[in-house]
Amino acid sequence: MDANIVTDTKYKNIDRKKRSKNLKYIKKTWMLYVFVLPAILYLLILHYFPMYGIQIAFKDYRVTQGIIGSEWVGFQHFAEFFGSYQFWQLLKNTLILSFYGLIAGFPMPIILAILLYYTVNKKLKKVTQMVTYMPHFISTVVFCGMIFILLGHDGIYNQILHNLGFKGIEFMTKGENFRHIYVWSGVLKGMGWSSIIYIAALTGVDPQIHEAAIVDGASKFQRIKYIDLPTILPTIMILLILNLGRIMGVGFEKAYLLQNNINIEYSEIISTYVYKVGMQGGQFSYSTAIGLFNNIINFILLITVNRVSKKLSNISLF
Amino acid sequence: MKRRFLNNDKTFDRVVTVLVTIILIAIFYPLFFIVIASFSDPTMIANGKVIFFPKGFNVEGYEYIFQDKRIWIGYYNSIRYSFFGTLLALFITIPAGYALSRRDMKGKKVIMMFMIITMYFQGGLIPTYLVVKSLGLVNTPYILMILGSFSVFNLIITRTFYKSNLPHELQEAAEIDGCTIGQYFFHIVVPLSKPIIAIIALYYGVGHWNAFFSSLIYVTDNKLYPLQLILRDILISGQTIDVTTSDPEVIERLKQIARTIKYGVIIVSSLPVILVYPFVQKHFVKGVMIGSVK
Repeated sequence: MDANIVTDTKYKNIDRKKRSKNLKYIKKTWMLYVFVLPAILYLLILHYFPMYGIQIAFKDYRVTQGIIGSEWVGFQHFAEFFGSYQFWQLLKNTLILSFYGLIAGFPMPIILAILLYYTVNKKLKKVTQMVTYMPHFISTVVFCGMIFILLGHDGIYNQILHNLGFKGIEFMTKGENFRHIYVWSGVLKGMGWSSIIYIAALTGVDPQIHEAAIVDGASKFQRIKYIDLPTILPTIMILLILNLGRIMGVGFEKAYLLQNNINIEYSEIISTYVYKVGMQGGQFSYSTAIGLFNNIINFILLITVNRVSKKLSNISLF
Repeated sequence: MKRRFLNNDKTFDRVVTVLVTIILIAIFYPLFFIVIASFSDPTMIANGKVIFFPKGFNVEGYEYIFQDKRIWIGYYNSIRYSFFGTLLALFITIPAGYALSRRDMKGKKVIMMFMIITMYFQGGLIPTYLVVKSLGLVNTPYILMILGSFSVFNLIITRTFYKSNLPHELQEAAEIDGCTIGQYFFHIVVPLSKPIIAIIALYYGVGHWNAFFSSLIYVTDNKLYPLQLILRDILISGQTIDVTTSDPEVIERLKQIARTIKYGVIIVSSLPVILVYPFVQKHFVKGVMIGSVK
């Protein structure tokens, strides 16, 4: 503190000047901080307070004793989860659904965007865009309801197969079909909406490059390969990193809604298990530990992928 | 072989057209079928007669839907939650997005960090539930309006919009004229924000309308059920029949038209989105483009 007391008048003046400048600044811009306050409060209460509550994963949480009063138990809940007979099954289902979903779902919007971009018939292009965006706005509940109705034993697809003289397909009554239905229905629901960002990126390609390529006699296919794809590569990489960082976060809603006794062996994933153990079973600490495990793996994945991408292509999120 | 085939531009165009048409049909047909089936005779549907056109025009499904009290309660609740939730969301997002877009705001990097962290790391289900519970918000309509009323992603979109659409000179000119930040925001920024308000309101509105998870967790009182929970009962759990009816004749009839009820309920619940869709569709690309600029 003592060192801060400057006796020299010259410094004193500068100090005063600085202070008055700061005061002026605060007087001028305090409103901006009022503007961000609601957002900060929202995140503080609904995101940061819960982070504080994560500690119950290492405690034996009792409602009567509260978060602070409950007894520490260390990694007991984690050990219990890793040792449980469901652990590998849950991890396997979660990872398979995510990676399968990523492999099937990630390239589709890119392909759709390029196809739409090169559609000669403008009307077809417009209609397809309008229709493919639509499923994004259908709620998960309605979407799952549609899957049950349309793919059921006497659903429309089986009716069409019957009419054509084929045998029907038991989409819903075979557990192993769950993965395919989950992933491909997701592809249909999301591809249109996700394609928008690539269409935007494609529109950003300098038309002069295309013109030069046309003069040189490049075919459309060659132009996609040598001009469009390389130009939108940064967008592709960023979205890939983002998607990989969410790999463990397979949607609770859809898995939960499509779940039944027949497919439970394939459809029980970490998020649905966390819900069942925590909300339905009331095992708060155990459930939080499982959720935290999931979160940490996700986080590590995101950072690793980001670093790898940074090294390989100089593209990264942070 | 294949390469030469695709390098012919005429063949390439044809391949593109065919593929786009296949994708179009794959997505359009199920939606189309739900619509025509909701107007058809249930026995015709069961026999596979309804494929391209509605057969045996029938609105009985809709009649039952409109008599079902649950649907009305759900509709009322969903409208309530979506309306106030979206209003709150705009109130939180738009000013914050504007403030963080200003060059002269000190500490905005720290604030952005504070926000972005929450995109990648969350407390999880139970800790969040405990916080909501300790605030006394479980089983109240308020929690369903509050949850989902702020997303960092939407904030970034808003901030980017202001960064690229509000010239800095405008702010300087206003300052010279002695305009305070509050005056500048309400009299100049907000009137110029129509496009971003529309897009952000659409994102939040659809999010609130379709929210299922939060209501599943935080609401157990039937009277507070939003439409999505009622839809779950009807579409997934198969509780097509209104539990209040005990007339065996009615129940028998309901069993027959259970399927049309399901089709109808899909249409009825998606109606608000379908009605808004044509008006906002043209803004989608713009909205996502704003969001994609880093």
